[in-house]
Amino acid sequence: MNVAVAKTGKGRAVSDLFTSAEGRLPGSPAVTAVRREAFETYERLGLPHRRIEEWKYTDLRALVGEVLPLAASPDAAALKRAADAVKVHAIDGARKLVLVDGVFAADLSDVKALVAEAGFKTLREALDKDAGLLQTASLDAVIALNAAMATDGVVLSIADGAKLSAPIQIIHIATAGSVSAFTRSQIVIGKGARATIVETFVAADAKAYQVNDAVLVSVGDDADVAHIRLMDDAPDAVNITSHFVTIGANVKYNFFNMTTGAAVSRLQGFITLAGEGSELSANGVNLLQKTEHGDTTLVVDHAVPNCVSREIFRAVIDDRGHSVFQGRIIVRPDAQKTDGKMMTRALLLSDEAEADNKPELEIFADDVSCGHGATAGALDDNLLFYLKARGLPEKQAQALLIQAFVGEAIEQIADEPLREHVIGIAERWLERRS
Amino acid sequence: MALLEVKDLKVRVEEREILHGLTLTVNEGEVHAIMGPNGSGKSTLSHVIAGKPGYEVTDGQILFKGEDLLEMEPNERAAKGVFLAFQYPVEIPGVATMNFLRTALNAQRKARGEDEYSTPDFLKKVREVSKSLNIPQDMLKRGVNVGFSGGEKKRNEVLQMALFEPSLCILDEMDSGLDIDALRIAADGVNALRSPGRAMVVITHYQRLLNYIVPDVVHVMSKGRVVKSGGKDLALELEASGYAQFEDAA
Ligand SMILES: Nc1ncnc2c1ncn2[C@@H]1O[C@H](COP(=O)(O)OP(=O)(O)O)[C@@H](O)[C@H]1O
Ligand SMILES: [Mg+2]
Repeated sequence: MNVAVAKTGKGRAVSDLFTSAEGRLPGSPAVTAVRREAFETYERLGLPHRRIEEWKYTDLRALVGEVLPLAASPDAAALKRAADAVKVHAIDGARKLVLVDGVFAADLSDVKALVAEAGFKTLREALDKDAGLLQTASLDAVIALNAAMATDGVVLSIADGAKLSAPIQIIHIATAGSVSAFTRSQIVIGKGARATIVETFVAADAKAYQVNDAVLVSVGDDADVAHIRLMDDAPDAVNITSHFVTIGANVKYNFFNMTTGAAVSRLQGFITLAGEGSELSANGVNLLQKTEHGDTTLVVDHAVPNCVSREIFRAVIDDRGHSVFQGRIIVRPDAQKTDGKMMTRALLLSDEAEADNKPELEIFADDVSCGHGATAGALDDNLLFYLKARGLPEKQAQALLIQAFVGEAIEQIADEPLREHVIGIAERWLERRS
Repeated sequence: MALLEVKDLKVRVEEREILHGLTLTVNEGEVHAIMGPNGSGKSTLSHVIAGKPGYEVTDGQILFKGEDLLEMEPNERAAKGVFLAFQYPVEIPGVATMNFLRTALNAQRKARGEDEYSTPDFLKKVREVSKSLNIPQDMLKRGVNVGFSGGEKKRNEVLQMALFEPSLCILDEMDSGLDIDALRIAADGVNALRSPGRAMVVITHYQRLLNYIVPDVVHVMSKGRVVKSGGKDLALELEASGYAQFEDAA
């Protein structure tokens, strides 16, 4: 096999994952040096495994085993398939930025309409000047691998005071099987700006591919941001995504993640409240069936006083699915009057469904209000019977109760058309249930 | 014509027999009252007719329009025209009442091979019925029964009954927890649904309800059997003498 498996400890693997791709990775010599170093970090660490605390429920060595080779740039046929997929998954009125197999596709994107309202470059373009795009505050093996291998992404800047008239939708489309796409994007939101960013991950007939995405967000004071991520990758795909979000003062940041696809997935979000008076709402839904493994890990760091964070997480797990929610709230010594709460609920639709919930409060200030709660259980038989006695077949009765269950998280999305879009994806998941 | 025929029905719950050979025939157009002390098996009977899991029928049969009801799923029974107004309607947070009503009505219509209601037709119908039952529109926007008072829950059951137009309505202790005004509104709603093609089984502990919903036939249930049947005067007789005599008979 021409794919090198990264080794740790004594194994000194010379990986052609990197060397074979290096010629195609954009960036100046300075960038290349950063990439090399990042790849060495990845090689030293290897894929995360269960003995690494942060990854104990998501052992990528066991679940994924190897990193697949870098995807080729999409050809005309691939772009045609991607164009069809864009039609299906685009949100009405949104400005689309499309990445196909990890490469920006200008012809499928609305760059012209977008640049009237926001600054835009591809990562490929931006890396010529700024090797800093490959650096992040925290680094683990998958983040290092992303820094080493990132081929493209979008670099957005929204000016101070700009109120975007339409959502920006970043659509990741996989058209090729058995390959990896590495993308990295940066979104800088100016002071007092208002923006809605949606990220969509889907396949166009591709199977068994891997996605490793990283998104760097910084939000200026007084901004109002909705950030929605909808991961609906192919059922046998892998999606590992890392978010780094830094939030200024008096900001409203409303984040929502939904997992309806991929055999193995993890979204790890590192969110720092760095300015006083901000409100973070970070919510998520995992909908898992078959043997899908979905991990949502959120680290919310209250670095300053007087911020509010709210996390609502719902998991619906059928068959032998495995949902993981890890929520850590850090309250730094100065961060007095922090108000941080998280609530997790899991709905188990089968006896073999599994939910792991790991809440952690690390509180170093004394005048704070923080808490977490968690429940896990099956559908209520009495409610099911009531609905059936009113004429709903079993599956439909279940669907109604499942929708109500995830509704508590979905209703945190303020924009109604977007909420309907999200509900539509959840409904298609329900229809896929056997 | 017989709409519901319960024949020598024996039912167990958790290894204990609750109904010991119950027989009951309800014809189209009739209103039957079933009276009996607490624990005599009235709710058990209603649940078995509606198809609630957890009950084991060890003997006997239930025919509805001549068909074997026990072979059907609860939703099939509903689509065929069986409706149970629950003694304790459940609360379903997150399922808006309006959405629930539409989904249920259309599921029943689909099962019968009928077209789904159009949205305007459906809304018009709900508005009419809820008005007559004194149900405010904003109640319909809330989750099913969530935050409803006892009286509102019972009216919501009658609302469903009026919308679904079942041919058999079983009302389990509709009067429990209702004050006299709420009772009157609910009973008026039920009376408005009386029709030659429809039968009702009114289960109650007290005679009071039968002043408002006047039955054609009264059955006395005790210890899992029907021990006496008669005309509407039987209810008055019971009110005067109590259930004690029948407890001995059973
Ligand atoms: N789910 C159950 N589990 C165990 N016993 C039950 C259950 N439901 C009813 N019973 C018993 O069956 C008997 C009849 O109950 P029920 O049908 O509720 O009577 P009624 O409605 O006439 O008051 C009672 O003794 C009650 O305790
Ligand atoms: Mg009862």
